[in-house]
Amino acid sequence: MINRIRALFARNEALSFNIETLSDHDNLYDAGMTSFASVQIMLAIEEEFDTEFPEEMLTRRTFASLANIAEAVSKLARQAV
Amino acid sequence: MDTGTFTSKDLLDKLFDNGILFETGVDGLYGRSGMFEEVIERFERLVTRLGAVDKPTRIHFPPGMSRATLEKSGYMKSFPQLAGCVHSFMGGERDHAKLLGMMDAGQDWTELQQPTELALTPAACYPLYPTVAARGPVPMDGLLFELSSYCFRHEPSQDPARMQLFRMREFVCIGTADHVHAFRQSWLERGKAMVESLELPCELDLANDPFFGRGGKMLANNQRDQGLKFELLIPVSSQEKPTACLSFNYHQDHFGQTWGLKFADGSLCHSACVGFGLERVALALFRHHGPDVNAWPPAVRAVLWDA
Repeated sequence: MINRIRALFARNEALSFNIETLSDHDNLYDAGMTSFASVQIMLAIEEEFDTEFPEEMLTRRTFASLANIAEAVSKLARQAV
Repeated sequence: MDTGTFTSKDLLDKLFDNGILFETGVDGLYGRSGMFEEVIERFERLVTRLGAVDKPTRIHFPPGMSRATLEKSGYMKSFPQLAGCVHSFMGGERDHAKLLGMMDAGQDWTELQQPTELALTPAACYPLYPTVAARGPVPMDGLLFELSSYCFRHEPSQDPARMQLFRMREFVCIGTADHVHAFRQSWLERGKAMVESLELPCELDLANDPFFGRGGKMLANNQRDQGLKFELLIPVSSQEKPTACLSFNYHQDHFGQTWGLKFADGSLCHSACVGFGLERVALALFRHHGPDVNAWPPAVRAVLWDA
């Protein structure tokens, strides 16, 4: 799953950093992800995984690292089953 | 204008009945009485007096701004639902005849208008940043501006505290992160003391902007998590949901990045602003002190009229 999320970051042109240089746990905001870029990533993830984040998950923390995003997507997938 | 419970529509009707505001047929668009305007003028003088110690550069902008500037500012990413762009007829005589025919027939004739290069100013500081950027590097000790503009936001409402066209006064500080933080902190204190000197009940609270859509929920959460926006709330149309009359915003380096606002060493500038909603403050004064300004508490009159 992390690799699918990485691929979404690699395709996003609004990001000023190369996702390949970051580990799964590096902070994406520290790397230069803006709030607007995080919204684009959120929408791209919803499309890729055919899911919808509930409002309480639309936080800075959810999108702070690849690992956090993967954990959130897994949680949504478990809830959907 | 008692202080008991009433709805925002009740307050609006009272303002009409007392000749303080005048109906235009459009929600959120009102005429103002001479006395209402005098209260605003007096309050503006108070704001200017309190800010004068920092020697801001004062600029008054018109209610319209460059549409290209609004586009570049990112406003449409955050608030597309509030924006207004100016359109005008640019056709020939044949199109004109068609327009009049459509208007007569009650059809939507506005498709015969084209966008102009103007947008309505949504906040007093939007036209400022490109003006500053065009001057070259920002001095290391920063820049401070005092701004005023009529502003537009498309949110028709019968709450008199939510007008579509209203005035905003702002101080905008451009400098290092530490500098603009200190600026905002000083105004959090000065703003509250100022409103208390007008004998208005108020409280400071963490806030967020009304960003558009589900992505906007995330932007709003980010804004709150990072403590970027505070508001000074005064009960105007509702006791339970007090109205934001002053706001204190830290933009980080958003406008620095967008407009290339940099110091001579190439590092990006941060910015912060404090905004005063002039109609909202005036409404709060009428709501709490009554329709007759001559009967307002002497201390309040002294702050506004005698200083």
